Amino acid sequence: MGGANTASQALSVKVEGLTKSFGNRLTLRGIDLEVKQGESVVIFGPNGAGKTTLLKVLATIMNPTSGRILIDGLDVKNQAEQARRRIGIVTHNTFLYGNLTAYENLDFYCRLYDVPGRQQRIQEIIEMVGMTPRLHQRVSTLSRGMQQRISIARSLLHKPAIMLLDEAETGLDQQATAMLWEALAAEGGKRRTIILTTHNLERGLKVAERVLILDKGIITYQGSTKAMNLPALERVYHSSTENEP
Amino acid sequence: MSFWRKVFAITWKDVLAEMRTKEIISAVLVFTLLVIVIFNFAFGTSPDVVKLVASGMLWVTFAFSGVLSLNRAFVMEKEEGCFEGLMVAPVSREIIYTGKMLGSLLFLLIIEAIALPIFAFLFNLGVFSWQLIVIVFLTTVGFVGVGTLFSALAVNTKAREMVLPILFFPIVIPIIIGAVKASESALSGGSWGDISSWLGITGAFDVIFLVVSYLIFAFVIEE
Repeated sequence: MGGANTASQALSVKVEGLTKSFGNRLTLRGIDLEVKQGESVVIFGPNGAGKTTLLKVLATIMNPTSGRILIDGLDVKNQAEQARRRIGIVTHNTFLYGNLTAYENLDFYCRLYDVPGRQQRIQEIIEMVGMTPRLHQRVSTLSRGMQQRISIARSLLHKPAIMLLDEAETGLDQQATAMLWEALAAEGGKRRTIILTTHNLERGLKVAERVLILDKGIITYQGSTKAMNLPALERVYHSSTENEP
Repeated sequence: MSFWRKVFAITWKDVLAEMRTKEIISAVLVFTLLVIVIFNFAFGTSPDVVKLVASGMLWVTFAFSGVLSLNRAFVMEKEEGCFEGLMVAPVSREIIYTGKMLGSLLFLLIIEAIALPIFAFLFNLGVFSWQLIVIVFLTTVGFVGVGTLFSALAVNTKAREMVLPILFFPIVIPIIIGAVKASESALSGGSWGDISSWLGITGAFDVIFLVVSYLIFAFVIEE
């Protein structure tokens, strides 16, 4: 936790005054967000609200235009590489090379993340996602759902404390979706922090403890899912956004 | 050590993918051989003519082959959405640059190693001189060093096949001129002393191009 300050120690993610612009277009307009360790937060919002951009900035794929991001107390501006070790990301893009086998892809990412005992970890994780029989098959020959399973395995290789999921359930069947949440929820008895985006209100309500609604780059609503049912969430969603989900 | 382990992981991944698809080496090699054959028909094998134009022909061929090869350097990452996978990994942008650059360098050197003897055979030249090998190596390093940077820049544009040569050739012209002049001397049996000044210029540009590309690569891919 080098660089962490006392106030942010219990926080996995802390975002202050985050803005991101593409040319003249401001996509994120001053986001402030705190996510506690082990908490799961779902971000809803219409297309173009800035959900994917927010996740990409949190994952350090994009630089923010202004603002500050702390990942486990690490400032991503100065300690990006250490912060990235704590993050796993699953998006509709699998980040897998189609011409390589599942094993070769996982081995490649193990090397980038300095994962110790690579072979053993790959066996362990591939078993967890139920893809052992396909381990030595080229990724391009696998179905979309199977590729997504391998992508989940890729994201978990380095046992990240924080998972960022951008429409991660794309292409997954019900069994695989259940497997995803089982694999993501915890490892070694420690709960992961999860930030996910989805258009599926029911699904988000089910898996998250806190709801954020993002519209035009601003958080227009945030609250707990505990006392909330689907109709209530739909009402909140419609009043917090200008568009339909 | 960790730096080089990760660099080689990226290079090895490119080599593995290329071994499967043969997308770069086979396509660029065919192009290179076709250009050499066309030049052979155009200029014939008269020793006087060949002496005059051989060096230019060689570097025109390698320059266009190089651009064709560099155009593909980041295509796999772009088309398969893997660039973000590299960006989110705990590796510096400099590691990504070095890994990708070494992969492209290896592919281009393989193409040149195959094309050079064929070029020599068709034009009745003795190209197996250490001078020429050093010239080709040094020029290719500088060419690929700066080309990898521009390839990363061009891959996000719609007309990347056109954008890369337009951006890239004006920058590498000094290195190509050095290579043409040095090769001219090496092909006509010149000594190390005859080519040393051009080698020095090429070497200096290599260092400048590599250092600058290495340092600004992060800005190119992040912004």
